[in-house]
Amino acid sequence: MYEKEKQIVDAYVRGSISRRDLFRGLGALGVTAATAGVLVNAAATRALAANGFDWKKHSGTTIKLLLNKHPYTDAMLADLENFKEMTGMDVQYDVFPEDVYFDKVTAALSSGSTEYDAFMSGAYMTWTYGPAGWIEDLNQWIKDDSKTNPDYNWGDMLPGVVKSCAWNGQPGGELGSDDAKQWCIPLAYEQNNLTYNKRIFDANNLKVPTNIDELLDTAAAAKAVMNGGYGIGVRGSRSWATIHPGFLSGYANFGQKDLNVSADGKLSAAMNTDVSKEYHRKWVKMIQDSGAPDWSTHTWYQVGTDLGAGKSAMMFDADILGYFMNGGDNKEAGNLAFSAFAANPEAKAPTPNIWIWAMAMSTFSQKKDATWYFLQWVTGPEHDLFGARKMDLVNPARSSVWADEMFRDKLSASYPGYVEMHDVSAPGASIKFTAQPLFFDLTTEWAAMLQKMVAKEVPVDEGIDQLAESVNRQLKDAGLG
Amino acid sequence: MSDATMNQKPRRGFRVSRGALPYLLSLPALLTCIGILVPFFTAVAYSLQRYRLSQPWARKWNWGENYLNFLSDPAFWNTLKVSLTYAFLTVGIELLLGLGIALLLQKRTRFNNFVSIMLLMPLMTAPALASLMWKLMTNPGFGILSYFASLIGLHDFRWASDPSTAMLTVVLVDIWVYTPFIMILLLAGLRSLPQQPFEAAALDGVPRLFVFWRITLPMLTPFLLTATLFRVIESIQQFDIIYAMTQGGPGDKLTVFQVEAYLNFFQSTNVGRSAALLMILWAITYILSNIFIKNWLRLRERQRGEA
Repeated sequence: MYEKEKQIVDAYVRGSISRRDLFRGLGALGVTAATAGVLVNAAATRALAANGFDWKKHSGTTIKLLLNKHPYTDAMLADLENFKEMTGMDVQYDVFPEDVYFDKVTAALSSGSTEYDAFMSGAYMTWTYGPAGWIEDLNQWIKDDSKTNPDYNWGDMLPGVVKSCAWNGQPGGELGSDDAKQWCIPLAYEQNNLTYNKRIFDANNLKVPTNIDELLDTAAAAKAVMNGGYGIGVRGSRSWATIHPGFLSGYANFGQKDLNVSADGKLSAAMNTDVSKEYHRKWVKMIQDSGAPDWSTHTWYQVGTDLGAGKSAMMFDADILGYFMNGGDNKEAGNLAFSAFAANPEAKAPTPNIWIWAMAMSTFSQKKDATWYFLQWVTGPEHDLFGARKMDLVNPARSSVWADEMFRDKLSASYPGYVEMHDVSAPGASIKFTAQPLFFDLTTEWAAMLQKMVAKEVPVDEGIDQLAESVNRQLKDAGLG
Repeated sequence: MSDATMNQKPRRGFRVSRGALPYLLSLPALLTCIGILVPFFTAVAYSLQRYRLSQPWARKWNWGENYLNFLSDPAFWNTLKVSLTYAFLTVGIELLLGLGIALLLQKRTRFNNFVSIMLLMPLMTAPALASLMWKLMTNPGFGILSYFASLIGLHDFRWASDPSTAMLTVVLVDIWVYTPFIMILLLAGLRSLPQQPFEAAALDGVPRLFVFWRITLPMLTPFLLTATLFRVIESIQQFDIIYAMTQGGPGDKLTVFQVEAYLNFFQSTNVGRSAALLMILWAITYILSNIFIKNWLRLRERQRGEA
């Protein structure tokens, strides 16, 4: 880099000049905005290396990662050379598509393989991996000043998100409690809100729904004008993944829970309440009246692509799914808009359940300290900022990145309403499930029961009672109930 | 004699004593057996334990408890029912269709040979890929099969998404993939049958239907049994078609043994229950295989006796 450009970029990273001055200065030197971003990231890495922390301590060490194919991974890999240069470490990785990713993780961890040092995980998965003894409690590194760089800024992490990755391992234990173990560190997270097709809504004078009743009405009205399409996309496959996005976000907004935890730590089903049954009835009716005809096979992929292709008028799912569908070569790119959604008309704010992509460290890693260097870098503020500004690392898990003017401007320019939606729902965003080892069993059964209700194989009230009975039986069999 | 031949020295290779040779020759088979038996007995051991990876502290031998729990578990009985229904339907229909096609193509002509090769194409497709293809073809929005269904008045036909038609849909995919297997096996059988009984029947003017029931079918029975054995074993262990199409849904409509065992292990990390399910599946496969093999041997003996 030429000295003059370097000086300007370093001054911006130090905070001595504004973003406007940065671009003005670089523009005068003939540097494009895209190149400026890369220069700023390289300068941030230099600044990180200059904070007195010995980043070269594990120089020459090679670590290996197991990664899921995802835009977050793309951001990580695009920035990886900076990490290698700063630390002198080598990083190898395997990337697998999501369909087989978690099977690969389970196989690698359950066999005690030392091949992978760290891997991408969801928070729910750590409820299995943690008690099984497959992953490390990362507190031992986070709280060790000699191993963590002074600019890591742990307190910058969004509280609801970072707590969702921490659990004390007690079935029913509160997430983020004082005795919780930090099983993983978030890269970014997804809130569940409404993404709707503004073109269709405007053309048909449809009003953006603000609660579950309006959602049913608007979905039905949309279906009526969709000409072969359908009103609302929500997940429906026989999988835990059907429960955690829109369904649970709305459910939690009514103050409903999946499980009760008694004073002596015993768990029992909590879904057989009157409020829960009423919510289930509405959800089931919404799918029957206005959902996808092949709803019971819909994963996030079909929900997203149908919205992007104009086959559905809206979806109640991950906000970042709407983000990605509003770009690329999707037919409806540029037509999608976002809205925070509180299902309960009496609720003050939305309470989205969240999905987190996070990094975890394998217990079987033989290079744990070196692996921690990578983990603190990839979840650190510099990489998060790079990913948010230059790549598609939405939604970043750090409050400083959400405050970044460049990132907010980028979102607001191409994704109108996205930042506002995030800001409204973020305070209530967290994991709404009870942390316990039977998570996948019980949620998969919940999804299967929803399918039966939608197919009218069982009345809703009866289905919920059957589900609660089965959940209680399984908890008891596992010694948890 | 050339120099080369004259200079040739007796080979000094690795010599094996006569006594060790039989053991050495059977070593590959022994290693293969170990490769099969070790995982098998490990699975037997797991099936006798309360063993969930997410609760390592609760791991203990519970002996037959996993199996006993099945007796009162409606999900298990549903799995058994779904698996047997799937196997019965797929194998039954495939046998009928395979036999019908084989009879049509029995005569050796260029056209028949060409068609029989073409009909093998689905067998070359990986079942998981075939399922994805069918998933697209049955998509209610743009699927070609949904379009054809609408032409005959079946509007909004939901294929694998509807509990009442989910089994039909996966059975159709299975038939599409595996009927050629039965067809080619039976075609080979038909073409290898001795011609004298058929010529004699033709000379006597015996009706074709009588020839089919009394000559063709009995002579073809060993081939039918072989085809049935292979298909029953494979079909009762079906995983990829069902998992790729519906993951076992809607509801519990398609939770066959393999899907249930897979979900129990990889999703619920319930190793004990998963292993016990697979042991039951093994027992069913073992019993069915024995029945078929015994019948096949009996038939062979009878045919030899008659010859």
